[in-house]
Amino acid sequence: MELYIHIPFCVRKCLYCDFLSFPCMAGEKTDYLEALHQEILCCGRGREDGLVTSVFVGGGTPSLLTGDEMERLFGTLRQQFVFAEDAEITMEANPGTLTEENLGGYRRAGINRLSIGCQSVHDEELEKLGRIHRFADFCESFSLARKAGFTNINVDLMAALPGQDLSSWEDCLNRILDFAPEHISAYSLIIEEGTPYYEQEDILQLPDEDTERRMYERTREILRKNGYEQYEISNYARPGYACRHNIGYWDQTPYLGLGLGASSYMDEIRFKNTSDMKDYLCQAKAGVFRREEEEILTLKNRMEECMFLGLRMTKGVGFAEFQEKFGVSMMSVYGKTIEHFVREKLLTIRENRVCLTEKGMDLANTVMAEFLL
Amino acid sequence: MKDEQEVTPLADIQQKNIRNFCIIAHIDHGKSTLADRIIEKTGLLTEREMQAQVLDNMDLERERGITIKAQTVRTIYKAQDGQEYIFNLIDTPGHVDFNYEVSRSLAACDGAVLVVDAAQGIEAQTLANVYLALDHDLDVFPVINKIDLPSAEPERVVEEIEDVIGIEAQDAPRISAKQGINIDQVLEQIVEKIPAPTGDPEAPLQALIFDSLYDPYKGVIIFCRIKEGTVKKGTKIRMMATGATADVVEVGYFGPGQFIPCDELSAGMVGYITGSIKNVQETRVGDTVTDRENPCDEPLPGYKKVNPMVYCGMYPADSAKYPDLRDALEKLQLNDASLYFEPETSLALGFGFRCGFLGLLHLEIIQERLEREYNLDLVTTAPGVIYRVHKTNGEVIELTNPSNLPDPTEIDYMEEPMVKAEIMVTTDYIGPIMDLCQERRGEYQGMEYMETTRALLTYHLPLNEIIYDFFDALKSRSRGYASFDYELLGYQRSNLVKLDILINREMVDALSFIVFADSAYERGRKMCEKLKGEIPRHMFEVPIQAAVGGKVIARETVKAVRKDVLAKCYGGDISRKRKLLEKQKEGKKRMRQIGNVEVPQKAFMSVLKLDEE
Repeated sequence: MELYIHIPFCVRKCLYCDFLSFPCMAGEKTDYLEALHQEILCCGRGREDGLVTSVFVGGGTPSLLTGDEMERLFGTLRQQFVFAEDAEITMEANPGTLTEENLGGYRRAGINRLSIGCQSVHDEELEKLGRIHRFADFCESFSLARKAGFTNINVDLMAALPGQDLSSWEDCLNRILDFAPEHISAYSLIIEEGTPYYEQEDILQLPDEDTERRMYERTREILRKNGYEQYEISNYARPGYACRHNIGYWDQTPYLGLGLGASSYMDEIRFKNTSDMKDYLCQAKAGVFRREEEEILTLKNRMEECMFLGLRMTKGVGFAEFQEKFGVSMMSVYGKTIEHFVREKLLTIRENRVCLTEKGMDLANTVMAEFLL
Repeated sequence: MKDEQEVTPLADIQQKNIRNFCIIAHIDHGKSTLADRIIEKTGLLTEREMQAQVLDNMDLERERGITIKAQTVRTIYKAQDGQEYIFNLIDTPGHVDFNYEVSRSLAACDGAVLVVDAAQGIEAQTLANVYLALDHDLDVFPVINKIDLPSAEPERVVEEIEDVIGIEAQDAPRISAKQGINIDQVLEQIVEKIPAPTGDPEAPLQALIFDSLYDPYKGVIIFCRIKEGTVKKGTKIRMMATGATADVVEVGYFGPGQFIPCDELSAGMVGYITGSIKNVQETRVGDTVTDRENPCDEPLPGYKKVNPMVYCGMYPADSAKYPDLRDALEKLQLNDASLYFEPETSLALGFGFRCGFLGLLHLEIIQERLEREYNLDLVTTAPGVIYRVHKTNGEVIELTNPSNLPDPTEIDYMEEPMVKAEIMVTTDYIGPIMDLCQERRGEYQGMEYMETTRALLTYHLPLNEIIYDFFDALKSRSRGYASFDYELLGYQRSNLVKLDILINREMVDALSFIVFADSAYERGRKMCEKLKGEIPRHMFEVPIQAAVGGKVIARETVKAVRKDVLAKCYGGDISRKRKLLEKQKEGKKRMRQIGNVEVPQKAFMSVLKLDEE
């Protein structure tokens, strides 16, 4: 199984961000970590779900936690769960919040993978996004991380930013390549409802769709040339460094989400924690954590997910693996859909697996929607 | 309808004490409020009952603030002379679409109360209605309403009435129907100024149908004015125009919100007749009811069969609902003799109906009732008028569906219906309104100054040009200061062509329409632009073309979709991803397949609103 820990605090909300995060109020962090501690004790007790193969501390900005706080958190986790020896343990960090001291603490906590939210190498782009850091902060953070002993680092980048053109994006990729991170996530900016960007969409001067797709193609080309293989729609890694935790999501590996608003998938049930901080702290005090939006997946649901999640990965979904999971052949369930999209050249069959073609990745939702039964 | 009340012996009240009248006014000048006051003041209803009565009316009427169905009520008024008078108040529909119904309602009256807003003065509809009333030899007396408004100028309005309409207005009651001020004066003037009906109760029966209503228990209830003779239970009646016959089962008069049976109706009275008649098609407004054993010599003048003026296709959004739509239309037609429909099939939209209406308002009302009362999801095609196609072989076709236009080589010429439009406008907006009429192919007929600040413009306009949004355009270009009325003039030869729309090179019959040749390019261009915004991007390029007689005159292209992917997958929140995909799939279901292009249903309607800025 996998664990996800949510740290909802950030220094300041970015203009495009629709994640569950907010600036921390005085004392709130301590209360929250205490509540998290309670939840781990509550939910971890008596768990016999096997080894924890990966942990992901996401946010918000988890690097707002001090080394000590992180060590304590992992102390509790290790009390309640059994970690695999080679467990991948990732935390997200934002440039400008990392210190040598804290990084040492993170290492001691057992964290062996760092995901740094760089987003852009151009300060004017960072500023437009409402990020708190500048590129120089990233450079410093990255070298501090290496010095602290992190040998598996991901860099998050964003394409299709306001005012960005193709050459600016290529420049961004090339300059990040100089740092030789093990992993690069390159996302296209999505304008989400409820964010300040959503209100300003008309004046943001976003690159048009053709340019955005060109950026996407160039990302694949440039990174491939430099030894990074695309293994998922937005993720690229040097051999052996694909993020196991994320692959777990696409493979329907069970995971337990801990912390505010965290999603879980255990025993074929999807559920979430409350997204209301007050409520969460209350539940912690009472020692009873409530599952929200619980959904018991039917066989049909699981087959649908197997397809629309699995197809996010370049390796796609194997016929054998589908047969083994569900006891029926993929073609008997999805034969018509698969044949249709193979004809349309959006899907292809490779080494007994169904996967998206490059064009299929551009139109992934169109394809995936048809896998809903 | 409800339990019977104590029956007033009608025979005891003499003909000379009956007053049959209506209230005429421009929309919003307070017609219905005054009607309510008259009913209240004559002691028929308590305030609470008044409200209950209002609630009995159609939702749509209240929402839109217009009367669709004529309402009729009989009350008794004890006048200052000590005598009791029967008031038959016939409330007429208030929209130009129902002009014929209005004229028949007027024909059932002997006089009319003209309500004029003390602030706004005379409007286009006021004039149209007054002239209509005078045409029917009604005695008209004016009432100045809304004197409680700060902007009220009753004396100015009195002068205006005298100058413009030429009727005496010095002693017009200055009232506020809303506040109940001076209503007594109105009641007294009804007695004084509206003549009593005439007619011989012993003569052969001659009764004018001014409305009818279908009741599931009683069958059709005929609303009529007895001009000559007497009708009672058992009278063997015949409708002179439609030829339908029936034996009278019940006669009666109109209580507030209920039908009150009585023994007989005689010359001068207003009331209802039932006779197990199954269909309002047989009891057409304007027809004459007579006694088939003792018939009158000739029918009352003025009957005409009202024909639909505006046609459109109505299709169920879900094709499985076709039988439901037929059912609903049949039910509505029971009560609406001017609603016309016949089945038709569209390549794009499947099975549906070509429906005919008196006007656009009538269309909208039916559409809304189908959607609300019958819970149907409809796709409506662009409304059009009836064109006359003169073929080279001498045949003349009345064209209601553009798809049926014969091959251009077979057409000699075409004609379109014209209207005479009267527009009342303050002088500041004469320019913009004239521009509007010009744009709509109007022929200027003249302009008359009502007073120094207002003028009456007369134009001849093609009906086709005013059915969509002329009224809205008029209001917006005059900031609400223009009012408008029209009547049908007849047909005029015109240079018309059929504009076809092709989506991905396939013609979409449901989007074809007839258009003035010189406007074809402009309309075609706008249609293509509009459709471009409505048709989602496909995996291939979708050309949208407008063509006249096979020649493409405008084109837009919906580019192929290049991107439909969610870059990021919100941590472990898979449910969110699922919902997104479900929504996407659901959206696809609401599309109409045209060739291999999916067209959203709203695309068919959006093209109706081409003139939005």
